[in-house]
Amino acid sequence: MSKYEITIGIECHVQLATKTKLFSEVDNDARDKEPNTCVSPVDYALPGMLPRLNQEAIKLAIRAGKAMNAKINSYSRFDRKHYYYPDLPKGYQISQFYHPIIGEGFIVLPDGSKVRIEHAHMEEDAGKLNHYDTYSLVDLNRAGTPLIEIVSMPDIHSAKQAHDYCKELWRAMTYAGVTIGDLYNGNMRFDVNISLALPGAKELGKRAEIKNLNSFRSVERAVEYEYERQSKLLDKGEPVRQETRGWNDATGKTTFQRSKEEAQDYRYMPEPDIPPIRLSEEFINEELAQVPLLPQDYRNKFAGKIPEDILEVLLDYPQLMTKLQEVAEPAIKRVANWFASVLLAEEKSVEMLENLPSAKQLDDLADMTEKQELSSTGAKEVFLKFFDPQMGKKDAHTIAKELNVIQENDTGALEKIVDDVLADPACAQAVADFKAGSEKVIGFLVGQVMKASRGKANPGAAQKILREKLK
Amino acid sequence: MQIATREITAESLVKEALDKAEKYAEYNIFTYLDAEGALEKAKQIDAKIKNGEKVGKLAGVPFAIKDNFLAPMGKTTASSKILEPFKSPITATSVKKLEDEGAILIGRTNLDSFAHGSSTENSYFGPTLNSHDKTRVAGGSSGGSAVAVALDIVPFATGTDTGGSIRQPASFNGVYGFKPTYGTISRYGVVAMASSTDCIGFFAKSAEDIDLLMSIASGQDEKDMTTLPDYYNEEAVATESVSQSDSCTIGIIKDFDNEAVNLEVKAALNTKIAELKEKGHKIVELDMPTLKYALAVYYIVVPAEISSNLSRHDGIRYGYRNAEAKDLDEVYGKSRSDGFMPENKRRIMIGNFVLSSGFYDAYYLKAQQARTLIIKEYEKAFSECDFILTPVAPNPAFKLGEKVNDPVSMYLEDVMSVPINLAGLPGLAIPAGETKDGLPIGLQIIGPRRSDKKLLKFAAGMNTDVDTSMSTGVGADVNADANTNAGVDVSAKGEES
Repeated sequence: MSKYEITIGIECHVQLATKTKLFSEVDNDARDKEPNTCVSPVDYALPGMLPRLNQEAIKLAIRAGKAMNAKINSYSRFDRKHYYYPDLPKGYQISQFYHPIIGEGFIVLPDGSKVRIEHAHMEEDAGKLNHYDTYSLVDLNRAGTPLIEIVSMPDIHSAKQAHDYCKELWRAMTYAGVTIGDLYNGNMRFDVNISLALPGAKELGKRAEIKNLNSFRSVERAVEYEYERQSKLLDKGEPVRQETRGWNDATGKTTFQRSKEEAQDYRYMPEPDIPPIRLSEEFINEELAQVPLLPQDYRNKFAGKIPEDILEVLLDYPQLMTKLQEVAEPAIKRVANWFASVLLAEEKSVEMLENLPSAKQLDDLADMTEKQELSSTGAKEVFLKFFDPQMGKKDAHTIAKELNVIQENDTGALEKIVDDVLADPACAQAVADFKAGSEKVIGFLVGQVMKASRGKANPGAAQKILREKLK
Repeated sequence: MQIATREITAESLVKEALDKAEKYAEYNIFTYLDAEGALEKAKQIDAKIKNGEKVGKLAGVPFAIKDNFLAPMGKTTASSKILEPFKSPITATSVKKLEDEGAILIGRTNLDSFAHGSSTENSYFGPTLNSHDKTRVAGGSSGGSAVAVALDIVPFATGTDTGGSIRQPASFNGVYGFKPTYGTISRYGVVAMASSTDCIGFFAKSAEDIDLLMSIASGQDEKDMTTLPDYYNEEAVATESVSQSDSCTIGIIKDFDNEAVNLEVKAALNTKIAELKEKGHKIVELDMPTLKYALAVYYIVVPAEISSNLSRHDGIRYGYRNAEAKDLDEVYGKSRSDGFMPENKRRIMIGNFVLSSGFYDAYYLKAQQARTLIIKEYEKAFSECDFILTPVAPNPAFKLGEKVNDPVSMYLEDVMSVPINLAGLPGLAIPAGETKDGLPIGLQIIGPRRSDKKLLKFAAGMNTDVDTSMSTGVGADVNADANTNAGVDVSAKGEES
């Protein structure tokens, strides 16, 4: 039992999947580009350059608002946040301080708990510095990438919950089409505020902010580490200082970066180069209508049809949810199982996800399995062939035939095979053993039938006939 | 101004301009002259005319730009050390529009560094001298452009007006200077001073010339979100077609009639009032008590925006960088210390102060609220009159060095010019005689938002016996500003608070 109560609030930066940057017309996706090749005079902050607001970013912000069950503000505005750093060409970041575009909302976690969203605002990303021995180089490819920053209320009370919140937020944003959601490339980054207090304490403790975490696991580990660090201080009667800390994934530790006293005065000011954003209700509604089903919608939709643990695994892959929504009702459970235990277990699952079979193929496959025309092993083989570049387009029946895995359900034919097996001298001992009361040799005999049928026999039917003949 | 016939050639016009520029070199008007490039362009225009090809409305007309307009010609220095090495790859929208009509850019004119000043004495390249008295200031910040037009070097020049920087030097040099409604001409490619009050405008020898320039340079620019939909040229038709009215109502601001105003300036105003009455215009006195706060508001809002807009000059990507700087802090500190003039630094510091946490509400926010009141006061005034007539500045051109070390008295020179920048209104400085010492006096005609065309027509009519200008009912069409662009309102409304 933990001695202290932990309180966590999380700020999350989400890079929007727009074609161009927030205020210029250059390519927003600089993942495989040479440094400073996705930069316009606006991003470079030449004198006399003015921002030109990308409307697509506003649309994605509206979508993001829906994905966090939030109010979209019909009036919002940009502000300038000033500080000097070489990755910030204008000497200020264009952000929304006074009038954010997204108001209060909430995210429901898989365990049913709710984390409230205080607000979310739009802003531009900064560039980055690459440090060398005696100098640093500035790369402005990322400068001006549209972001929304989602600020949670301090509603999170464990490392696991912090992990789940970040993951659920990531799911919601990717489902809504707001972001590509590539965590490795920093599409979503988390700042985690952590404070401890004795249960029942009137005030929250001093908080530490852990900046720039880029995986759910590192969020969880950083919270665990901070709990240890801060509780040790409190146990010794030492104060926890309000400060910003960094996370080192290799050592699993947070390290001091700067204290509250060193915090900058950002001198916020309304951005005079961008008129206020006024959104009509029609415009908002039109965009909200574009938002596809969200994780929570799928949970409601598939409740009772797909086991919860499997559904939670599959929810990480929006494509799978879309596909499951297309398949016929009776097929859902089987298809979900194939996705979870076959597809996701494959080494090439990432490519396979981009190339899913049609709903018709999956429906047929489920139907054949239901009718016992295929064994579970046979079904799995057919399922995998759906991803085969040569065979993938063929229907389930054709593939099953070509693979020769359709089960023998014809009793007459099966009886003949059983007779042959029973007559086989190699089985005489087993037959004798069974008659003497040894139950387990039935398995051997079924195996022999399967072998003789080259796998096509339905093992259940084979066993039934064997037992009758051995009576 | 148009070169229609082939009696004079573009080449001869440009040559004449360049000769005069050289002749008046001691006035320190230009920061850069492009004789070769200008003559080359002139020859091309002449060839076109000779071949019977179509040429633009300004074909062959030489002009100069204030040195805070971006263009690949020379360096865009903003008369500062920090931008002295800066060669722009970009041409400002306004300059491009003029060049597209065949105007020939001959050079860049001097200004107070980054347009901070009212005398052009804050230039890194030294002051520009007054066209009528070389011991006096040219006014500012667009001093170079004003003197270039006053000395007939070029028929027109561009300027920027953030708090009077076109109208005041125009009045100090006896030429016309126009600051349009905020958002009428694109600011794209012009070194920003204060984004919410910066206006691009012109110096010329007549209101008609300025009208022509406005019809070319105005209009919405997708590169500047604060530009208004193109009203200037659309309104032209409407203005022509309304029935000619021989009378309109001119407001005079009582609050500007005080002891700080030079007696000869007052006399010039009264003479003009008498003339207008004689022409059948009606004069009304306006009570505008809020205007006395305009200067204070201006010197909070504008430095705040200046401190922000100048942040990009950090010695990292372009412009001057101190070569001795050893680390990042020194690159910033030394480059900016060396690169900015004292007046730049003063405004950066004021701006940083009023925006700093704990002071924002007391200064910046309060100033924006007062600004709203000033806007409302003008709206009320324009419900009582068509135009307002005031002096541009309380005094004619002052002596070089007289005020440069006394910033507050320098700021006070702006008391009559800054209010309309805060309200985003158009204002035209017109010559109105001279003092007994031969110094020009300027008055300004101020109109409601988007009344620019009518205002220029009215001004043109003031100088002829036949008044061809006015219509009645020039109301403030504030609601017409609200345009919806796929649900996202990107209309320019100036700074709202």
